[in-house]
Amino acid sequence: MSETATSASPWRPWRFLSRRLNAIGLTGKGLVILAPTLWLVVFFLVPLVIVGQISLSLMAYGQPPYEPLLTFGADGTVQLTLHLSNFLFLLSDSLYINAYLSSLRVAFVSTVIALLIGYPMAYYIARAPEKYRHLLLMLVILPFWTSFLLRVYAWIGFLRGNGVINNFLMWTGLIDAPITMLQTDFAVYVGIVYTYLPFMILPLYTSLVKLDGTLLEASADLGAKPLRTFLSVTLPLSMPGIIAGSMLVFIPAIGEYVIPALLGGPDTLMIGRVLWDEFFSNRDWPVASAVAVAMLIVVVVPIMLMQRAQDAVVERR
Amino acid sequence: MMRRGWFLPIVAALGFVFLYAPIVSLVVFSFNENRLVTVWSGFSLRWYTALFSDPQILGAAWLSLQIAFVAASIATVLGTLCAIALVRFKRFRGRTALTGMVSAPLVMPDVITGLSLLLLFVAMEAAFGWPAGRGMLTIILAHSTFCMAYVTVVVRSRLSDLDLSLEEAAQDLGAGPVRVFFDITLPIIAPALVSGWLLGFTLSLDDLVIASFVSGPGSSTLPMVIFSKVRLGVSPDVNALATIIIGIVAVGVVAATLIGRRRPASSS
Repeated sequence: MSETATSASPWRPWRFLSRRLNAIGLTGKGLVILAPTLWLVVFFLVPLVIVGQISLSLMAYGQPPYEPLLTFGADGTVQLTLHLSNFLFLLSDSLYINAYLSSLRVAFVSTVIALLIGYPMAYYIARAPEKYRHLLLMLVILPFWTSFLLRVYAWIGFLRGNGVINNFLMWTGLIDAPITMLQTDFAVYVGIVYTYLPFMILPLYTSLVKLDGTLLEASADLGAKPLRTFLSVTLPLSMPGIIAGSMLVFIPAIGEYVIPALLGGPDTLMIGRVLWDEFFSNRDWPVASAVAVAMLIVVVVPIMLMQRAQDAVVERR
Repeated sequence: MMRRGWFLPIVAALGFVFLYAPIVSLVVFSFNENRLVTVWSGFSLRWYTALFSDPQILGAAWLSLQIAFVAASIATVLGTLCAIALVRFKRFRGRTALTGMVSAPLVMPDVITGLSLLLLFVAMEAAFGWPAGRGMLTIILAHSTFCMAYVTVVVRSRLSDLDLSLEEAAQDLGAGPVRVFFDITLPIIAPALVSGWLLGFTLSLDDLVIASFVSGPGSSTLPMVIFSKVRLGVSPDVNALATIIIGIVAVGVVAATLIGRRRPASSS
């Protein structure tokens, strides 16, 4: 990391720089806004427009492997050809609709499981003595900094036929033959919950640690049983954490490619995997683009609208 | 304070076992002599030797580190500018658009980001001849873009907590906006820049999907090499690699925590 400028240094290159830039009509404010905006227009907005455009094209043999939308005739006419056939194809082949539905299901179930495991963990950490809290939180965050791919890989060694779990169960005599766990939907759930559990715990912890202990005592003094106190005090007050944590698990889970590819079986349909195969195996760029556009409309846009609504609620408070 | 007896500690303990058991097994079996990763047959360092004599893995690791370093640096500069624009300038044309564009990559599935950037690079090459082919440069551009979104989030929250009176005082004493930024604002938000850079570095090192779309022949990043190895089944040299990465990360995180604790919020 570079050292930040200290006031002791007499060399101030920015004075020269700012004078130069002002001379060509660019103020500091303009530059600060312009640089990230331009970058995002070129590397975020334009690519999405191109995806939309190619989704309306047809596959062709050549480089690039799709037909141009605009064709220029010899007499100077310009012809625009748009094909909706890719989208009709997505609707007619049940593979794609099933993949969408099954992605939603996998993401939803994984989120619920992560919440069920993450909530008691976050609660325990939030109520632990203060000197242990940092250590416990660090233990939750630590796996996140190690490679995601290698952590998913670790589960292959755990779940496969002669893997750690099967060997252990057979050693204890609980089972006689290995259970098939790898290449099933079960393995995909395990992988997603495992990967995104820290994202669930952190926001839950943040909202639970702010919880005022006197509220719980008041509730108990008024005769409420622990379960009642939990349902009518703790749970509603930790709602922001539940929502934030669930979004952080649900959103990446929907488009997941690596986990179903490594842990799932051939029949584990997920939309991220379908897009990948459409592009890398079938080399059909237009259909892959159409899958991406459909994914944007069905998945990403609703999530963004939801987040915006949530931000508005937070700001109003 | 309410205590729930045995339930919470047991669930928390099981949760931590769930988080760490796979990592521990990776480490243990990296020292296993046997090729069958999960059958223990004796202590050995042969997979480490195999790892360090594998030019493909070493080359990919070096490429990934370079990409992550450059991409995290670009993302830190752009993300900081973006955060300043969004926090400090409340009114300008395109503010809503910028807010949307910089937060969208956070919810965008990797497959869409990867596909769209690949199509951009193909179209750009056809139109301007740049970037010629795909490889390190295109991966850096792609990673900078999505890491920038994360840096913006980190720096933005730090900037909006910042006490404006310090900057105003400097301005009253005659400092220009650029000088105020470098002398007052930057030192205060530096910790956020460091964590943003580290986050970007980690995310870039970790990315498989986007890199697979935008890379070209001969420029496979470390995750791409690992993925192609792992797809064919478990391989013990990947365990050795994982152990090294876990070791570096553990030392780094513990060191960062200790340093952070010794100077509690010195700059806020």
